[in-house]
Amino acid sequence: MNSETFDDLKKLFKGEPADLIPVLQKIQAEEGYLAPESVRSVSRWLRMSENEIYGVATFFAQFRFTRPGEHVLKVCLGTACHVRGGEQILDVLKRRLEVDPGGVTADGRFQLERVACLGCCALAPVLSVDDKIYGQSSVLKIQEMLDGGLHHDRT
Amino acid sequence: MTGLESRRQEAKKIWRELQESPRPVVYVGAGSCGLAAGAAEVIGAVEGYLKKTGQKADILRVGCIGPCYLEPLVDVQMPGRPRISYSNMTPGLVKGVLESFFEKGEVYKGRLVGHFGANGAMEFPRFFDHPMLASQTRIVLRNCGIIDPENIDHYLARDGYTGFERCLSLPWNEVLEEVKKSGLRGRGGAGFPTWRKWLVGRETENDKKFLICNADEGDPGAFMNRSLIEGDPHALLEGMLIAAYTLGAAEGYVYIRAEYPLAIARLRHALKSMREAGLLGEKILGSDFGFDIRIKEGAGAFVCGEETALIASVEGKRGMPRTRPPFPAVSGLWGRPTVINNVETLATLPHIIRNGSEWYSQFGTETSKGTKTFSLVGKVRRTGLIEVPLGMTLRQVIYDIGGGLVKDFKAVQTGGPSGGCLSEEFLDVPIDYENLAAAGSIMGSGGLIVLDKNTCIVDTAKYFLNFTQAESCGKCVPCRVGTRHLVGILERISRGRGEVADLKRLEELGRTIKGGSLCGLGQTAPNPVLTALKFFRSEFLAHIKDRRCPAAVCRDLVTYRIVKEKCTGCQRCVQVCPTGAITGPRSEPHNLDMTKCIKCRSCYEVCRFDAIAGDAIVIES
Repeated sequence: MNSETFDDLKKLFKGEPADLIPVLQKIQAEEGYLAPESVRSVSRWLRMSENEIYGVATFFAQFRFTRPGEHVLKVCLGTACHVRGGEQILDVLKRRLEVDPGGVTADGRFQLERVACLGCCALAPVLSVDDKIYGQSSVLKIQEMLDGGLHHDRT
Repeated sequence: MTGLESRRQEAKKIWRELQESPRPVVYVGAGSCGLAAGAAEVIGAVEGYLKKTGQKADILRVGCIGPCYLEPLVDVQMPGRPRISYSNMTPGLVKGVLESFFEKGEVYKGRLVGHFGANGAMEFPRFFDHPMLASQTRIVLRNCGIIDPENIDHYLARDGYTGFERCLSLPWNEVLEEVKKSGLRGRGGAGFPTWRKWLVGRETENDKKFLICNADEGDPGAFMNRSLIEGDPHALLEGMLIAAYTLGAAEGYVYIRAEYPLAIARLRHALKSMREAGLLGEKILGSDFGFDIRIKEGAGAFVCGEETALIASVEGKRGMPRTRPPFPAVSGLWGRPTVINNVETLATLPHIIRNGSEWYSQFGTETSKGTKTFSLVGKVRRTGLIEVPLGMTLRQVIYDIGGGLVKDFKAVQTGGPSGGCLSEEFLDVPIDYENLAAAGSIMGSGGLIVLDKNTCIVDTAKYFLNFTQAESCGKCVPCRVGTRHLVGILERISRGRGEVADLKRLEELGRTIKGGSLCGLGQTAPNPVLTALKFFRSEFLAHIKDRRCPAAVCRDLVTYRIVKEKCTGCQRCVQVCPTGAITGPRSEPHNLDMTKCIKCRSCYEVCRFDAIAGDAIVIES
């Protein structure tokens, strides 16, 4: 983590152990993941051991420790999406992108994630590409999206 | 005391002017669900049309009004005419709607849902007479989709913050008494009387107390809190003021899922407006009461819906529950008295204080008062967010409001991963805390997932157990190891490798987990399996004895077949098959090589929706 972002963080927080989670969230928002160097800096600042920090960070699903892909694909597998075929959508993406959930494609372009619920259950099955949520998806629509290079325009 | 009265008069004027606006107003449902359905593109098309034609109109982004299956919803309000609502808009369609209104001066007739005017104001029905809305009672959701959630004046104009103002003129115990008389119970799922939790918090001596709003809506399949915060954030915040006043809390937190970026943005905006209006900080509205609210983003852990785990996570620790007592209301955040209430519970308070406990308790049943919001989803025709008085039957909700199913009804899942699947015989059970618990499920936070005969109960139970197993924090062995074994057994059954003795194992293990876990997650995790076994035992036996999945869902137990008589050889399935399992020349029935087939369902879907023949590929068990 560069020292500039770190200085910004120091302005935002008091630097107490209770700030740990929001601090990690800010770092991840900035850099996409928690690099070992970032964790080390936080450890010195908040006076907590790296062990403790990893203990907290690995507990929560939000944090990742490897460099993310350029675009993040999240397939929702909430209950409504599950009964409406979310699993099959994940399967197609796994196969076509040749990556497992949590991983990044070899070219670094796409990161595949499974999430428990995006909260758009009435439009199940749902997936998101970066910040954009796509409702009423299907295996076919996904295939078409992939054929079109997964660009963001809706057809 | 400097009240809000002058500001409210001003706000009422603004609101009235909007209703009687001399300029056309276009309202777009732009909650997360509306946006997922394409609201942003529709707004773009509206803006494009206005720019191109030089017409003048205001565009208002409102929250979700409920019937998500009709999204994106666009309402057009022309001068002198009521607001008229259109469903399932696309950029192309919305242009047609606008052309009709702006260029021909006519009401567009396609995709019409209804108007918002007085009864009989137009020759077509009112929006709220739509079958999905007619039998609802909208109290908590009354502003959602109606007002601009980023405009505090809209909230004020509709009597916002009058409940809190009334509070300030009463001693805390009278507010508590009002809430007690209303019969309000926690809407997070457990149904603990709200007033009792408050009283414990109030009576515990401490110089600092906390109020936390639990907006960590973790149940997969539930989105009531998200919609409410996106559509009417001030309702929640006014509720927090009322709760904090009664408790004597000086600081509040909204613990909200990071997966809800729009809801978080709306909250931040609303907090800023509150501060400007003098509704946060010290000496609120000139009284002696001071209170401040901060947002804490949850980092993704289902167990943090549990009070003590939530507190641990706010303190910056791993979100693991601890033994109770002491209850958080006695010793919670940083060891201080902390009351944690659910979003819906808090958002109900302004209405109770504003209209009185007697008014509120007219809704609901003897033991469960008021209304409850539900996310009605799954295999039901009309999906969305609804609010009904407690005591309505599941049948009324699923058939009258939800419009029933396309295929035959099989079960309704309530209470998320802590609840259970209820079979047809429970359809006439009135929904309240006691009845659902007696049936073996729970009320939960409000997810209602309707399952049809194409849903496999074993698969559904496996789904929930996979979820709770992954979300178990690992503190208690029965939960950590037990849920893993439950998943293992269910996995075996769904592959056709189960044995009859497995059913007994599931039940025994389930009971052990329930009895041996510290928190609600473990105590309820086996519910989906146990209810499934109770009501759908034959389906488990079909998987075990006949090695078949009656719903044709479990992948290892199904095969795909091409119906030669139906297949026209259009080659659509050949194109989508990822493994080359389907072959055949054009115009001749295709062949399917099951040794290559990975059962991905692509061919089935393409044949269903996009092929010449349609339904020429069947999945059988």
